[in-house]
This record gives sequence, C-alpha cells and structure tokens, in this order.
Amino acid sequence: MKREVPLLITFIAGGVMIIQFYTSPLSWLGDLFNDFFNIIVTCAYVLGAASLLIANGRKIQRQAPGWGYNAVLLLSLLATLVCGFCIFPQGGGEAALPTDAGTPFAWIFQYIYTPMSAATYSLLAFYIASASYRAFRARSLEATILLTTAFMVMLFRIPLGEYLWEQLPVLHRFPIGDFIETWIMGSFNTAGQRAIMLGASVGLISVSLKILLGIERSYLGSAE
Amino acid sequence: MDGFFCIDKLNNLIGVLLISGCIAWHTWQAHRGRRSFIRSLPALSAIEDAVGRAVEMGRPVLYIPGIADIDDAQTLASVSVLERVAEDVAAYDMPLLVPNCCSMVMSMTQEVVRSAYAKAGHPESFQSDYVRYLCDEQFGFAAGASGIMMRERPAAIFYIGNFLGEALILAENGNASGAVQVAGTATVSQLPFFVASCDYTLIGEELYAASAYLSQDPMQIGSLKGQDMVKAVIMVIIVVGTILYSLGFTWIKDLLAA
Repeated sequence: MKREVPLLITFIAGGVMIIQFYTSPLSWLGDLFNDFFNIIVTCAYVLGAASLLIANGRKIQRQAPGWGYNAVLLLSLLATLVCGFCIFPQGGGEAALPTDAGTPFAWIFQYIYTPMSAATYSLLAFYIASASYRAFRARSLEATILLTTAFMVMLFRIPLGEYLWEQLPVLHRFPIGDFIETWIMGSFNTAGQRAIMLGASVGLISVSLKILLGIERSYLGSAE
Repeated sequence: MDGFFCIDKLNNLIGVLLISGCIAWHTWQAHRGRRSFIRSLPALSAIEDAVGRAVEMGRPVLYIPGIADIDDAQTLASVSVLERVAEDVAAYDMPLLVPNCCSMVMSMTQEVVRSAYAKAGHPESFQSDYVRYLCDEQFGFAAGASGIMMRERPAAIFYIGNFLGEALILAENGNASGAVQVAGTATVSQLPFFVASCDYTLIGEELYAASAYLSQDPMQIGSLKGQDMVKAVIMVIIVVGTILYSLGFTWIKDLLAA
C-alpha cells in the first residue's frame, strides 16, 4: 500500500491535468489541483524551517568549527520571521500587512536581501572569466574553432570591435556584424540549441508517461 | 475554443498522442521480451569511479538536485540518478550530502537517501542533516552550497537537475575545491557553463535517459527506443518542411503552428 497509493494519486492527478488542458469546461480542475499543490508546498516550508533549525542548532550546541555562522543564520531567520509576521506598519489601517513598504520586513528585503543577492550574482563575471579560460584553451581542433568563434562573437558585438573592423582596408566592406548575428548566432547557435531542446522535450514526454504509468518509481524511494 | 473540447489544441493533442503512442508501443515491445541496445553515457559510467574516489579519499559525496521544485520533470529525473548514487555511496558506508533548494524536494530526497542506506544495511549511518534544506532563493542557495563545498571538501560533486544563473557559481566553486564533477541538465542556457567547468556532463535528453541507463530496466530502455523513433520522424519533418517552405508551400508550418 505504501507504494500503490502514491502511484494511484500520481496517475489520477496526471490524468486530470492532461484532460483539463484540452477541455475548456474542466479547466477549473487544473486550478484546483494547483491549489492543492500550493497548499502542500506551503506545509513543506515548515519541514524546511525544521531542517534548518535542526542542522544549525546541532552545530551551535556542539560548538562545531564555524558555529558562529550557524548562529547568525538562525538569528537572521528568526528576526525576518518576527518582522514578517508581527510588525505591522503604523497607521496603515486594517488592510496593512507586515510586508508593506516602510516596514522592517521591507527594509530587510530592500537593504539586506537585494544587495546580497546582487553581490552573489555579480560574482558570475569572474567565474565566467575563469571558466572561459579553461574552455577556450586551444588544445585540439574543436577547442581552437571554439576559441576563434568565441573571440569573434565577443569582439564584434561591441562598439570597439566594429570600430576596429572599419579600420581594416578591404575587409571592412564585409558586414561582420550581420555575419555574427545571422550566421553564428542565428543559424549555428540556434540550430544547436533547438536540437537539444527538441530532444529534451521528447525525453520530457517520455519521463512523464513513465511516471504516469508507474514504470518510473525512483521518486518513491527504494522498495525496501 | 469550441464547446467542450479546445479545438485550437487539436494539433497539440494529436502530436502528444502520436509521440506517447510510439514510446508506449516500444515500451510494450520491451515488456514482451524485445531487447534494445543503449549506447554508453560516460557521465553515468563515471558515477562509480567518482564514488570510488570519495571512498579512497575518505571524503563525502555532494549531490545537488537542482533548484526547481518537485513539479519539474528535471527534478524527478534527478531523483532517479540520486537513487543510484545513494545506493553506491551507502554500500561503502560513506556520507552523502544533499543540500536542497525546495523543501518539497528535500522531503523526497530524504526518503530516497534514507531508503538507500537501509537497503545497503547501514540504516544507522544515515544522519538527518545529510539531506538538508538551505534556501529557496537561487543565489542564497548557491552561497550555501558553495560553503558546503569549501568546508566539507567533497571528493565528488553531482549537479543533476534544473539549474539557472547559479550553475556556474556552483560548478566553479566545485572545481576550485578539487572535486570530480558530474553535471546534467536540460536547461540549454546553462549547459555551456557545465561543459566548461565539469568533468562529465549529461546534455539535454541524456538526463531523462539516465534512469533507463542506470536501472537497465528493459521497459525503460524500450521507451528510449521509442524516443529515438520520434526524433527520427521530427528530423524528417524538419527537412521536408524546410524544403517545402522554401518552395512556397506553407501547410506543414500551418499544421504545426499553435
């Protein structure tokens, strides 16, 4: 029963979602099942918070190396929860929420969360440079073609590249910008990407079918 | 829309039925005993070596199942690979760390990893903080997972599932930690980053084929043959459609248009 019931639920939920997609009067079923999903996901947040509390709490209790960071994490979590649930804006009326502009929660979001996210995102520039260095080393014919193509695309899609090209005596008549856009990006690159996407889409249908029919059961855990 | 049935989705329905029918027919053929060949996937063959390396070095294995929730097929495909990795790691009684970006995924991966340790005869070795929730926000998750890489120094890292902008942050940190890295995603925009930073990469559909490859289940392998037949038909349609469109006949394009 431990495996049969989840398989039955999967089959019914998957079947209903497919039927509602093709039949307009039954589209409310899709919304209903999406609501179920959202409710379950919301409940699962409690599990996530419990996991955080247990994993970090143990390290603080054991005073494991770096336990101070775990303490900062838990304090931040609790402070954000308190601000998000309990501190309402002053004079905001009955409809006011703790997440409205001007509240401590909004302040945390705007001045702590957003800059920290942006800082992490900005690290990508350096990681792209280090990854490109490894990928573009001309160790083989394929890597050399990759290096040459990447160099052309990077150089001739910026104003400096266009300026330098225009200084060349005869070659400047050849529209290098159009060549990059139409051929390298529009043809080779797009064709490769679409080939991967088509294969992945067929694979997606296959996986969905296997899950619906109960052939693929890994998500239930081992049978033992 | 026309009455009960959305008539504007008829071509979509016929396409899905044909594709599903082809896959189901080959799966059924496999069920009846027809065997198919499956080509080697180096990324999946490397799982055993990567786990072996972790055992030799006495370090943990890190598995990241992407940042998408349970409703994403890539996450479900990732769980199939996790099951095999967990069984291999548990057989050697080594720690397998699985940080999660979504709490629903955490509850599923927790069950899979716990089952694997129990199946290997080491249920007591599983610790609840092996599988943990970090953060729902992608860059917060990337920072947390990168921290685990630098502190725990895993010998092998698996990135299997749906990844977005954090893919390169994770893969470059993993590379800096000196781990063997195996990646797999169907998110086209992140594939080049994984190819550049990881030792092995499952590209697109290979991620969905992983379950069949690892389980060697004849029915799942049969479904792969069905997929290949569908792709062959799609290639023919693309070539014929391109020629006909170039000659001024647009009916294939009109037929396939949403």
